Amino acid sequence: MVDTALIDWSRAQFALTACYHWVFVPLTLGLAVIMAVMETIYVVKKDEFWKKAAQFWMKIFGINFAVGIATGLILEFEFGTNWSNYSWFVGDIFGAPLAIEGIFAFFMEATFVAVMFFGWNKVGKKFHLASTWLTGIGATISAFWILVANGWMQHPVGMEFNPDTVRNEMVDFWAVATNPVAVTKFFHSVLSGWMTGAVAVIGISCWYLLRKRETRFALASIRIASAVGITGTLAVMITGDMSGVHVAEYQPMKLAAAEGLMDGGQRAPFSIVPGIEIPGMLSILATHDIDGYVPGINDILDGYTDPDGNEHLSAEAKMYKGNAALKAFKEYRQLKETDNEAAMQARKILEDNMEYFGYGYIRDRNDLVPNVWLVYWPFRIMVGLGSFLLLLMIAVLFFERKGKIAGMKWLQWTALLSIPLVYLAGQAGWVVAEVGRQPWAIQDLLPVNAAVSSLGTGAVKTTFFIFVAVFTLFLAIELNIMFKAIKKGPKVDEEA
Amino acid sequence: MVTMAGLFRNIFRFYLDGFRNMTWGRPLWALIFIKLIFLFVILRIFFFQPVLAGKSDGQKSDFVGTSLVERTGNCK
Repeated sequence: MVDTALIDWSRAQFALTACYHWVFVPLTLGLAVIMAVMETIYVVKKDEFWKKAAQFWMKIFGINFAVGIATGLILEFEFGTNWSNYSWFVGDIFGAPLAIEGIFAFFMEATFVAVMFFGWNKVGKKFHLASTWLTGIGATISAFWILVANGWMQHPVGMEFNPDTVRNEMVDFWAVATNPVAVTKFFHSVLSGWMTGAVAVIGISCWYLLRKRETRFALASIRIASAVGITGTLAVMITGDMSGVHVAEYQPMKLAAAEGLMDGGQRAPFSIVPGIEIPGMLSILATHDIDGYVPGINDILDGYTDPDGNEHLSAEAKMYKGNAALKAFKEYRQLKETDNEAAMQARKILEDNMEYFGYGYIRDRNDLVPNVWLVYWPFRIMVGLGSFLLLLMIAVLFFERKGKIAGMKWLQWTALLSIPLVYLAGQAGWVVAEVGRQPWAIQDLLPVNAAVSSLGTGAVKTTFFIFVAVFTLFLAIELNIMFKAIKKGPKVDEEA
Repeated sequence: MVTMAGLFRNIFRFYLDGFRNMTWGRPLWALIFIKLIFLFVILRIFFFQPVLAGKSDGQKSDFVGTSLVERTGNCK
């Protein structure tokens, strides 16, 4: 028997660690681009101002990088300790991308970070510039492999389950690496990092404008950051649209929960907030066709036939097949040493029903529905804040080009106060992605109640609170060091 | 022409000079060091011992296989 409190605390601990990790990653990805663009301008124009500007943002990047470094390792510890069934069951599928990430991207990133910080005046300008770009590219490649692993959990492809080893074995690396869910998620996440970096740079620059100091630096930073941020946000919107189509295809329950859509159909409405809908809009977003069929929560539970004539099984039918798979798995393990023929028959049944393996752990069909409130509202927070931040960056760039922003205190305050909002949008996005796929650790194959390790709930609870304390402490240290660096400023204007 | 040994010596000096001449980076390195101790000494040894550590691959398969069979949907 698995205590549900153990599952909840294990999930809470993992969610806390992942949320903390995602505080640092997007700023790293975004600042890497902004500082690299500034250094490129320095190399092209040979203007020392741009070198000082790039160096200042590198300093902020360095502080964020130092505090954020290795926070992802805690997630890997948790896989081995809190999610040991999951870790073994996923086999090389999860291990291979993470190993590639560790060996290639991390070392590439670490090497070029050293050249970037220590190499001024020691290596040639162009080599230094290449190192700055490669630092960002290394971080981006690193993110790609992590998101390949995550994408596989949302839409498992390229593997076969081996009941002898109880592991999923990779049979098609290319299918895993080019999983459409992973590729879209990669661009969506990385480009949201550009957005985070841009909003942070604009906000900090506006603080300088409010203090009437470092004006040239602040205006130049706003110009570069808003261009990067607008580009990133528009691309986030495009990849978000692609992501919606994938979710509709591979995780329809997540989409139904994100919309609070109980009963679906053709010309499905998009809910702006409860009670206010745009007719047909959800069909357009999910299928790119106003007549597209979008199933609701009840349709998915009851089973439905889509307009193309494809039948989708009810929850009960999937649970029946899942039970058959698990029963066959049990029989195969019992019989393989004693009765080869019977074992092979059991294996055949297992293979025939493997795509529903995880449903064998579901006892109540309502357990297949994620927490609708916790998916519906974060989705609106993500989209709402994303739209607001795009408008903000357009306004900031417009008034900067008009030469008016230095006198617009309301806009400067809005930009400064928007820094936490871009983090809120990013975290909300991950809540939609991860809470929306519950109860699955691996979509349709392994629910969290089968994935979790049999640990004492008290031990998990203890580590959760240790993490809350330690993460808060590290975050406070980071903010303190960062605020001091910002207060000190780049000191470029008088030298320019 | 730079020999392999010379190349490694240059790289070593590059890093050594970099660390010696650090100003604002020093507290960050101290922070990284403290964090890595916290991760690999305190967390890894006292709180995060992999459940399957010390088992052979066959034992791991048996352990997880048995656990997956025993858990067929039973949550209290």
